[in-house]
Formats: sequence, C-alpha cells, structure tokens
Amino acid sequence: MTEAPQHIFMQHDGIIDLIDGMTGILRHYLHDREIDNPAIIGIHTGGAWIARELHQRLECADPLGLLDISFYRDDFTRIGVNPQVRPSRIEFDVDERNIVLVDDVIQSGRTIRAAMNEIFDFGRPASITLVTLIERNGRQLPIQPDVVGLRLPLPTHEHIRLTGPDTFTLEITRRTDLSPSS
Amino acid sequence: MATDRRQNIQLTPDGRLRHFLTIEGLSRELLTHILDIAESFAALPGRPVKKVPALRGRIITNLFFENSTRTRTTFELAAKRLSADVLNFNVSTSATAKGETLLDTLRNIEAMHSEMFVVRHSQSGAAHFIARHAAPGVSVINAGDGRHAHPTQAMLDMFTIRRHKGDFTPLRVAIVGDILHSRVARSQILALNTLGVTEVRVVGPRTLIPTEARALGVHVYHDLDEGLRDVDVVIMLRLQKERMDGALLPSESEYFRLYGLTNKRLEAAKPDAIVMHPGPMNRGVEMDSEVADGPRSVILQQVSYGIAVRMAVMSLCMQTHAEEREEA
Repeated sequence: MTEAPQHIFMQHDGIIDLIDGMTGILRHYLHDREIDNPAIIGIHTGGAWIARELHQRLECADPLGLLDISFYRDDFTRIGVNPQVRPSRIEFDVDERNIVLVDDVIQSGRTIRAAMNEIFDFGRPASITLVTLIERNGRQLPIQPDVVGLRLPLPTHEHIRLTGPDTFTLEITRRTDLSPSS
Repeated sequence: MATDRRQNIQLTPDGRLRHFLTIEGLSRELLTHILDIAESFAALPGRPVKKVPALRGRIITNLFFENSTRTRTTFELAAKRLSADVLNFNVSTSATAKGETLLDTLRNIEAMHSEMFVVRHSQSGAAHFIARHAAPGVSVINAGDGRHAHPTQAMLDMFTIRRHKGDFTPLRVAIVGDILHSRVARSQILALNTLGVTEVRVVGPRTLIPTEARALGVHVYHDLDEGLRDVDVVIMLRLQKERMDGALLPSESEYFRLYGLTNKRLEAAKPDAIVMHPGPMNRGVEMDSEVADGPRSVILQQVSYGIAVRMAVMSLCMQTHAEEREEA
C-alpha cells in the first residue's frame, strides 16, 4: 500500500468530544432497548482504543473484549496477516449477552462482518449493537452502525485513519493504489 | 548465518515465507512474526468453536513417507483449525509403493488442486526436492527430513520457551542426548541462535555429538551435571535407536546413569528451569518419570503449542502464494 500523508483531520480534544457524544447517544440507545448490562468488544487496533474509552465511561463490569479479525477476513489470502496480529480475547460468556461492538471507521462493512462471525464462534449473543467513531461512504455490505461519532463523506481515493492510543488523531491520506478497506 | 534470499527457495524476493523447509536463512524478525501469529492461535482451544475460516476451501496434503502419528495428527488438526480440507497420503498404501515416482505422485496430488504439501521423509533434503519441483502456487512444509531439519518442531519449542521465559536474550539452554541423529536439535540450535539466546549447550556422549557441533555455535559438554549448571531451559532428546548403525551406546541403563534426567540432577539448573522433550519419550532412559510428570515439565504444553505454531506457518505460506497469484 502506497500512501502519502495528507492532513490531520481532527486532533485529540475533538475526538474526545466525539467519544463523549457517542457515550450519551449509546446510553439512550441501550436504555430505549432496556439493555442495562452491555458487554463491550473492540476491534484491533483503533476500535479497541475507542472501546476502552466507552468501557470506562459506561463503567462496564465485564472486562473489555478485544478482537483481531485477521483470520476471519473474506480477503485473508489477499491481505493476509496483519504484521501486528494479536490474540482475540473475550473473557466473559458471550451467550445471551447484549454486545456493543466498537470500531474506529466503517467503510465497506467487511471488517464488521468478519467481527460478527468471530463473535459467534465465542457464543450466541442476545444482540449486537454497532458503534463506530467515523461512518464514511463506501459500503459493500448491508451493515450499518447504530451509534456514530461523525458521518463523513470522503472521495473514494481518500482514507481516514485513527492514530493513538495516548493521543488520538484522525488523519486523512490520499490512496495511490487499492488497499484494504474497513 | 547469512540470509541470502537469492539462494533461499523458502522466501520470495522480498522476504515473505513461501515454503517452510529449514530454520537456516530465516531472520529473527520472521521467526518472531511466526511466534506472534501463533499466539493468536494458541487461544483457540479455550473457545467453543476452535477454528478460524482463514483457509476455507483450500486443500492441504500430508505426504508422509515416514510414520509419525503425532506430527501428522497435529498438522492435520492445524489445517482443520484453519478450515482447510486435508488429504492424508501414507506412502505404504499409496501408489509410490506400486512404483510411481515421487514426482508423478506430486503431479497427481497437484491435479487434485492441493495448494500445500506437508512432507515427512527419511531422506535429508526430500522436502527441498519437492519444493523445487512443486508447481507455482504450491507451498511445501518440512515435517522432518532425515537427519537434516524439523523446523516446525523447533518453532513450537521456541514458542514454549517464549511463553515461559519471555525474552530469549538472557537464556542459557541445554540440549541433552542424541544430537548426532537429531534433526530436531539442528533446527533448535539454529532457532535459538537466530533468536539471540546467551548460550546454547549440547550435552551427551562423544559418540552422539557430531564432530562439527561447535561450528553450529554451541558449547559442548560431556558431563550432564556441568552441562546443566545454571541453565534456564533443558531440552531432552529421544535416543533414536532406529537410526543407530553401530555400537554407539553401551546400554540404555548405562545411558540413563550418565545422561538420564532426574530431579537430583536437575538441581544444577536454575530453580525455575523448564524441562522439554520433543517426544516420543523413553521414560527411564532419557528422563525419570518424576521429572517428566513433575512441575517443571512442559512436555504436554509443547504438543498443544505445536498445533498453534503449525497453523501460523501454514497461514503465512498460503498467504504468500495467494499474494503472488494476486500480483501476477
């Protein structure tokens, strides 16, 4: 993948504001559905950072779940193993739980599909609520987030990426060739 | 140990793993990457569904010219946990026994669209031979060739060591027993040195340590108590009686008296030293049962980690070929 840095789209404080806003919307969303004890799962890497923030704010009792979906991607043999592949870790019983699944950016929807496939290999949840920091255009599957920090239309050749975890930044880069989309 | 990618048929020109034939010529970064990927798979046994869909629809063939139930089973389980389909070819029942050449057997299995061969053979170099003649897009994994190499066994041993000790750098490791006939020992020595341990020792009778051992970057000991002093890891090797041509050993009881591991002798090692054995183990010959079943033994963990490490190697090789197809 060849990418040239283009510009910083949002700095840490702005991203924290988005997360605070998402927390409020998520609380209402869960309350409306009478979900009082959700379990949170974040997708490596950016999704896990956002999930950690939500996990703290919602004061969840269960440990934060982490998913690395490398081996569940439908394009595994094209994209292959992420060089920073990490073990998935879910230390609570998924069966009949209301799961909040968190990612940083949703684009194609393929990452979320892979993540849901992996979650079902841990058990059969009662429900999955999808939360993303950024929802951008480019969906290839009928998967939509329930709670979003920011909806952002971007030209197809532009790519938005969250960096962190101590200081968050959203960067927009211009793609010069085809690269995996989330 | 130089890494010459032009000479190393295991690697693509840009250093990705295409076949896994030997530890020789592989970088520390690549070995570490294999161990990191294996970490992801090591957690699978604790999950209700113990497999991932990564290699769904792919065919992997176990081509075993030499019997080994445990190695074949763990490769088969590794492939199945990656959701691949598995063919098992056993030479004693296959067409090779009826006169078909190895290359004809290879072409026939390739025609069945198998994309990976896991090869075990009594001849050193057999896996290299098959890799050189395999069709483009087909990976070969060496599951043991003669006295030459058994790289996945070495990597599962490295994985076990890392799980217990963390960093390789400060470690002193003693490999005890029949070094001469051991493809496992050769691969272990290469892996330990590549991963940067402080010291690798080989311990055994003069008749079972090859004369060129020092050239592999090890310290040679013939006295077990000296060889075990202050080591962090003890790897006991099986006495390969089936490979011994002459009178290399006086007797098994004499061997146990001199080189058998007991709790008493283990006192020379560090208090938190772990004891490993690649199996199958001869109790009362290489090791006393009190050690094999004792708290410092990690022998059964080695078997489970073997599945995770083989999954890592299979997924990396399969991915490289898929990327090459994509690029073409």
